[in-house]
Amino acid sequence: MVAYNALMGIDEDKVFKALGDASRRLLLDKLRENNGLTLNQLCEDHAMSRQAVTKHLVLLEAANLVVTRKQGREKLHYLNPIPINEIYMRWIGKFEQSRLDALYNLKQSLKENDHE
Amino acid sequence: MSNDLTYTTYIKTTAEKVWAAITNPEFTRQYWGHDNVSDWKVGSIWQHVTDEGQARIVGKVLESTPPNRLVLSWAAPDNLADESRVTFEIETIEDMVRLNVIHGNFKADSEMASRVNNGWPRVLSSLKTFLETGKALNTWAGHESTCSK
Repeated sequence: MVAYNALMGIDEDKVFKALGDASRRLLLDKLRENNGLTLNQLCEDHAMSRQAVTKHLVLLEAANLVVTRKQGREKLHYLNPIPINEIYMRWIGKFEQSRLDALYNLKQSLKENDHE
Repeated sequence: MSNDLTYTTYIKTTAEKVWAAITNPEFTRQYWGHDNVSDWKVGSIWQHVTDEGQARIVGKVLESTPPNRLVLSWAAPDNLADESRVTFEIETIEDMVRLNVIHGNFKADSEMASRVNNGWPRVLSSLKTFLETGKALNTWAGHESTCSK
């Protein structure tokens, strides 16, 4: 596993560090809702300053969680789910998904019973 | 704003190997589950085909610049009007390859984006493992194949 991680182009620590901040997760949520946003659009309705958003985007890009593409004169930001999928594959993907689904369903039905 | 789906992964391999992994059915079968079949010339048909010979995705080759750029149109055979576009950008960076997959040009009422959105990360993780270790992941373990359904 260590050897495999060394092969991963993106330092895994960067991914976890980037995810370990509520503001940055908020930016990712925003891109999940509406992909391909400009810096201005990402700054809208945010309590964060433009400088803070820019700083967060640098960390998200370094972690490969956000990728940018030029469209005309605009730079659009896209959510890239691949690093999160790598985390998923490493710790969850190897287990039988059906068992996790069964546990989840059980939990949901128990919750529903609680409400009755 | 843009409806495009963008996936970027870094793979410790060569651009030629990534190109082969996408265009050679012997390889796609191992990490994607099905065969990608075409002569990969501009204007040619390409198909994503099951072992039984049933096409799950069909389209045309729109651009083909081996080993760096491949653009395909993409539609389910039972709904050809719902056509979208997939671009593979394969770029060598030092001793690695950056692979960008952009799935875009979705029709306004397209069902395809939600069908492929969970599929691409699995396919690309599996492709990366396949090229770096020679072993494919069980791409669709526990999941019904979304992008090849």
